[in-house]
Amino acid sequence: MIQRAVAEECQVRPLSVVKTGDKVLLVRVDAGRGLNNRLASMGFVPEVEISVVSNGHPGPFVVVIKDVKMALGRGVAHKILVK
Amino acid sequence: MSGKLGVPNYGPMERIVVALAGNPNSGKSSLFNLLTGARQHVANYPGVTVEKKQGVCRYQDHEIVVVDLPGTYSLTAYSMEELVARRFVLEDKPDVVVDVVDASNVERNLYLGTQLIEMAPPLVFAFNMADLAKRRGLVFDLEQLSRLLETRIVPTVASKGEGRAALLEAILRTAQEGRKARIHTVQYGDEIEEQITRIEGVVREWEKGLAERYGSRWLAVKLLEQDEEILAQVGRPEVLDVVDKSVRHLRGLFRDEPEIVMADRRYGFISGACQETIKNSVERRHDASDTIDAVVTNRVLGLPIFLLLMYAVFWATFALGEYPMKGLEWLFGWLTAAVSGLWPVGSESWLRSLLVDGVIAGVGGVVVFLPNILLLFLAIALLEDTGYMARAAFVMDRLMYKIGLHGKSFIPMLIGFGCSVPAIMATRILENRRNRLTTILVIPLMSCGARLTIYSLLIPAFFALHWRGPVMWSIYLIGILLAVICAKLLRVTIFQGETMPFVMELPPYRVPTPRSVLIHMWQRGWMFLKKAGTVILGISIVLWVLASFPKPDARDLAGLDETQARQVAMSHSVMGRVGHLIEPAIQPLGFDWKIGTALIGSLAAKEVFVSQLSIVYAVHSQDSSDVLSAKLRASYTPLVGFCILLFCLISAPCVATLAITRQEAGSWRWAAFQFLGLTALAYGVTLVVFQLGRIWL
Repeated sequence: MIQRAVAEECQVRPLSVVKTGDKVLLVRVDAGRGLNNRLASMGFVPEVEISVVSNGHPGPFVVVIKDVKMALGRGVAHKILVK
Repeated sequence: MSGKLGVPNYGPMERIVVALAGNPNSGKSSLFNLLTGARQHVANYPGVTVEKKQGVCRYQDHEIVVVDLPGTYSLTAYSMEELVARRFVLEDKPDVVVDVVDASNVERNLYLGTQLIEMAPPLVFAFNMADLAKRRGLVFDLEQLSRLLETRIVPTVASKGEGRAALLEAILRTAQEGRKARIHTVQYGDEIEEQITRIEGVVREWEKGLAERYGSRWLAVKLLEQDEEILAQVGRPEVLDVVDKSVRHLRGLFRDEPEIVMADRRYGFISGACQETIKNSVERRHDASDTIDAVVTNRVLGLPIFLLLMYAVFWATFALGEYPMKGLEWLFGWLTAAVSGLWPVGSESWLRSLLVDGVIAGVGGVVVFLPNILLLFLAIALLEDTGYMARAAFVMDRLMYKIGLHGKSFIPMLIGFGCSVPAIMATRILENRRNRLTTILVIPLMSCGARLTIYSLLIPAFFALHWRGPVMWSIYLIGILLAVICAKLLRVTIFQGETMPFVMELPPYRVPTPRSVLIHMWQRGWMFLKKAGTVILGISIVLWVLASFPKPDARDLAGLDETQARQVAMSHSVMGRVGHLIEPAIQPLGFDWKIGTALIGSLAAKEVFVSQLSIVYAVHSQDSSDVLSAKLRASYTPLVGFCILLFCLISAPCVATLAITRQEAGSWRWAAFQFLGLTALAYGVTLVVFQLGRIWL
């Protein structure tokens, strides 16, 4: 049981499935070069800690990275892979 | 150097050009206002829909010209704003670049800073909102950080006016030093550095010009990042070949695009510098901003709150604006009487007619909207400066995204129901150029207040009481539907691609400073007045000439009363003749030359349609509108009446709208496209409605 929870914790998954209040680490962004770069310039780089302030099902999504609050479209949250 | 920025030169060594760079929400605009005060000049960068603000201040016998670059997170070639900022730094070579850094969020903000460091202009960092950072528990060792970054760092609190003198001093000293060689710059790690060195070698050999202009290292970095604009400038296949090999090599090595690895290394460089110099003593807690956000971005409450605030903006603009507007109308009425009074009663002078019917009526008709413009931009400045605008975009995004627009596009479109001119000016809140152009082009489809005058004449004239509401409602709805369809069409055709997915910073809420709100409001108002005094004045005179000349012979007017004489004169004028001329073209829509003439007149302003109709129908100006209604009812069927409504809704925006479109979009091409496109659309829709209606009704 505990092992499964640990495995799940480490599993790579899209940011869009992360629950409100959880903290995760960014693995990579699966998007075109334009979005990839824009996200990188806003602080979305590998190993950065993302805390999900609200997983606003449906619609935008609020996260905090390095003290900055950001709203993401659902489409964007799907493309961000975290663990 | 003089003509470059359109500011007179006071002599060598006295004038310093400063470019202000920084992230959105870093407080860049307040710092700009702090440096330059209200003496600002707003325009667009040549050929693009990106705002360029410029201002001047004096410091120790130096004239300092400050150019506000668009707020960006980076300096890539992926967006027009970033390109514009980058080009200004590279091509215009400002004497100093000031990077405004949000001190409570240094690491993310310095990402742009590292890119500026790489471009190697004389650089100063302004650590803005230093008070907020302190309150958040951040402790800086600015001296040490400044040594590590080899750049002067000045703490500022722009909203409270702190740090101005220190910043100007740093600017001056940095300008006097000029460009200097750096010891440290971003290091990308052995594998990438190896490729950078290789590319530097080939560009120095084959692209001497580019290497000298941009510096070989920066050029190599950009080529490795596959920067489209820089790649396009490189002609030599020898260079491109090496770049291609290096990119493929690194891609294989890192299993990722080199540019992403490089972004990561830049953050590494930053955290290296910040690690020892910035201490965070307090953990981030739930603060007031979070509490407000929980309400205003709430799934259930978010939309009603947004709509309520929009209603308040709309009400303030048009209901509060009503009183000063009445005052201005009275003023222009008085001016008309005063100017008319200079000529004896009954005399016909073309000069009088030019001044009264052309200049005062044309410019006055537009200037009366000044109170609306000022109030609207006051409201927008408040929404923006408090930080609510980002939340509004967030709330509206799901809906607007479906038609290919940004959440924020909703605001200008809503304002379009009042008047297209401020609505188009309000598109400046949109950062993305394609979004902005699409919004500008469809705004005239939002039925503006001036068109209400047409509806309130025609709808009662043709429709029974219980039909009036539904007809009015359907006209507004058709406008909205067409706007949605057109926006969607534009986004899949000429503005395709780059449907920027929604990523937006939600800055902490702040209390706006009266100073910055007032400056913002004044700038827009002044821009509007300048437009009214130049382009709109010119076009009003042209339209007046078309409606007044050539004059009919005195013989033709013999025995006619004043009203009949006006009718004959209108029919004889160029406008009347064009009305006759286009009759065959508009006949399939159910229109005759009289409507044609009125439509041409309505180019000056939509409501002129009504006064033109009363001239061609020879209605006495003292008569009530019932007389004209009766005449219209006798001449046309309700179907034709509906078609006129449709055509007035969709077709050719008024000259003021065209002039503003030209100004905001940056070229007459867009204004012409809007004019022709909407007129063609109006023709098509009206044609279908009239022809089908004729068969069915």
